[in-house]
Amino acid sequence: MSALRILVPVKRVIDYAVKPRVNKTQTGVETAGVKHSMNPFDELSVEESVRIREKKRAPGGVEDICVLSAGPPKAQDVLRTAMAMGADRAIHVEVKEGEDLEPLAVAKLLKSAAEQQKSNLVILGKQSIDDDANQTGQMLAGLLGWPQATQASKVEFADGDTVNVTREVDGGVETVRAKLPMIITTDLRLNEPRYASLPNIMKAKKKPLEKKTLADFGITAEKRLKVLKVTEPPARQGGGKVEDVDGLVSKLKELGAI
Amino acid sequence: MAARQQLSPALRRLSFVRTSSPSITRQVALQQSLSLPARCFSNTRPQRFQRTPPAAAVQGKFTSETYPDIKRDSRFAQLTEQHVNYFRQLLGSESAVIDGVTRNDAADDIEPFNTDWMRKYRGHTRLVLRPGSTDEVSKILKYCNDNMLAVVPQGGNTGLVGGSVPVFDEIVINMGRMNQILEFDEVSGTLVAEAGCILEVADQFLASKGYIFPLDLGAKGSCHIGGNVSTNAGGLRLLRYGSLHGSVLGIEAVLADGTIVDDLCKLRKNNTGYDLKQLFIGAEGTLGIVTKVSIQCPQRSPAQNVAFFGLESFEQVQLAFREAKGQLSEILSAFELMDEGSQALVRQVTGNKRPLEGEYPFYCLIETSGSNADHDSEKLQAFLEDVMEKGIVVDGTLAQDETQIKSLWAWREGITEALSHLGGTYKYDVSIPLKELYQLVEDTRARVDAAGLLGDTDEFPVRAVVGYGHMGDANLHLNVSTRRFDERVEKVLEPFVYEWIAERQGSISAEHGLGVMKKKYIGYSRNPTMVGLMKNIKTTFDPNGILNPYKYL
Repeated sequence: MSALRILVPVKRVIDYAVKPRVNKTQTGVETAGVKHSMNPFDELSVEESVRIREKKRAPGGVEDICVLSAGPPKAQDVLRTAMAMGADRAIHVEVKEGEDLEPLAVAKLLKSAAEQQKSNLVILGKQSIDDDANQTGQMLAGLLGWPQATQASKVEFADGDTVNVTREVDGGVETVRAKLPMIITTDLRLNEPRYASLPNIMKAKKKPLEKKTLADFGITAEKRLKVLKVTEPPARQGGGKVEDVDGLVSKLKELGAI
Repeated sequence: MAARQQLSPALRRLSFVRTSSPSITRQVALQQSLSLPARCFSNTRPQRFQRTPPAAAVQGKFTSETYPDIKRDSRFAQLTEQHVNYFRQLLGSESAVIDGVTRNDAADDIEPFNTDWMRKYRGHTRLVLRPGSTDEVSKILKYCNDNMLAVVPQGGNTGLVGGSVPVFDEIVINMGRMNQILEFDEVSGTLVAEAGCILEVADQFLASKGYIFPLDLGAKGSCHIGGNVSTNAGGLRLLRYGSLHGSVLGIEAVLADGTIVDDLCKLRKNNTGYDLKQLFIGAEGTLGIVTKVSIQCPQRSPAQNVAFFGLESFEQVQLAFREAKGQLSEILSAFELMDEGSQALVRQVTGNKRPLEGEYPFYCLIETSGSNADHDSEKLQAFLEDVMEKGIVVDGTLAQDETQIKSLWAWREGITEALSHLGGTYKYDVSIPLKELYQLVEDTRARVDAAGLLGDTDEFPVRAVVGYGHMGDANLHLNVSTRRFDERVEKVLEPFVYEWIAERQGSISAEHGLGVMKKKYIGYSRNPTMVGLMKNIKTTFDPNGILNPYKYL
């Protein structure tokens, strides 16, 4: 079996524990001054790649784990985190703040990257929690002409470059088999991401981080979609308190309930 | 954004995977706190000088049975229908008087006011008053003082020493209806609120203004700020923002005879005469009932970081603490200590994956709060690299996102809850000079072991002797986790622990007060002159002794 060269795309998004707020111009979500971290699904991808190596699950071994992020300079923070978790090296594709790529552009970028890096396995988060597109992995598989196994909850390697992937589907699980090279997208129950240990955080600073531009991949950040308006859902009407039973009865009468 | 919200249940599952017991993450505790006060409080970091005899806890024994030495003071009058009628007329509204004197069907309504959240203390009251204004409090107390009726002021009822529930038939004065935020000065950060305002409500109000309440504790969803002030609660933010003696600017309180003490000062500086409001802070309602509080609130820090590390000895913990103070200085907001025993118990109960690969005798949790996330994390990283290079810290981790911050905190905050799942716990909340802080745990463990009570199998009554606490405040929680109630354990522990602390001029109750439980042990931390002066003060403020009797002094 061939040695694995895993490509793991990661995205820097608003921290999932932070409540997102719509910006004043209603064109998107306020990102300035908000805590960002790695997309939780991408953390699962990084963790899975590192576990495949550590647990020696792939018969051919893991030759390389490369993480890639397209985003503003701050995206390097999540790349360092990924390397602290165990990735070997990182590629940062600089994209100006506000010039977000659409899933198709990301898929094209990743196609080019996978070819350049001679990757034979791409593990992506099934979606990013900021735009929730859940499209990139599928588009990438289409562009590359590789098989895809989405929403993986278990990944097992067999002889002859075969990979068995258990997927979570409505009403149960489904197991699919494909041959490398292939695309896997991760779902929540795949694993439990680790804490990056201090020695590894320090080591990660010395791991190689390559800086590239969209032009290096022959991509432009063109937009096919236009955001018309972003609004918050209507606020829930709060309840009221009454002093005593009489208050409750009169309130109910007032509302015509009794 | 809709899509993000649809995903949120799934993401919550993600946090389940990480922490597996969401109830011990701060966020969830917060959401549940109102419906589950007991559970919420068990997350509190400041654990009181708490000792839970399991037998009593299960049966809900009356305090008067648990402490047969305490006798009802015969000077106090028995409640009559006439008294009740007066209160009903005074307070008007039906919901303000819960009357078990003239009505037989009120027992269920009264029970929650008679019992503390641990079901460890239980009184015999038959009357609960819920005043809605300072004026009403004043009139209630004047009447009680004139008629020799004893009263218990009650806030959120989340205390651990039995201070907020009656022992006999004292009237409960619950402050829950006085829950308004009265004013907030956005320039100075001064908040004025009524005593019954729930801490979390006040903090959320302040959060919307960019400020923070200078006190935080696990019971924040239930406890009242009036109760916090009356017990001088310590909690998580003490290292950073200091004690309530510093941040409370003014108090309005009502004395036993109904006199309203209006010291609701909003000034930071006021050197005119004796600072009498300080007496009400930590008086546990024995000098007067606090009705309003004005408090200085600091700016909320937008950036927080949390690091967690393992150390080989208590000497190294001390070194790490010194380095942290030196290198992190103004951004250091918490430095918490946990020993391996406590972490093993949390692991046993929650089943969570431990943050570090190896096991170490001690763990520390450091939190920084500042205004600039990049500056803070750079500083923290430099500090962590430095202590690792010097060999002070063996291994550690730095939270990479909010979720990790919460789950790392859960290893500290979850200790109390984990212990409560395992059986009864003897809890000692003590303050000792830092150098000897952990020695108490070692000495106690050796003593329990020597008595043949400590072991891994069921025949030994004691499961573990563990220590953890607010290193930054020299505040240790010594916990003895038991499998069952056994008198021998208590004999080995007491008065040994108190004497040990007294020898070192420590405090037998660092942040949680005296209540019923510690009343008789005050002598271990205060000399007779001090106690005598305190008694004089009590007599001056409350000559008839109607306020919270049988407790404190």
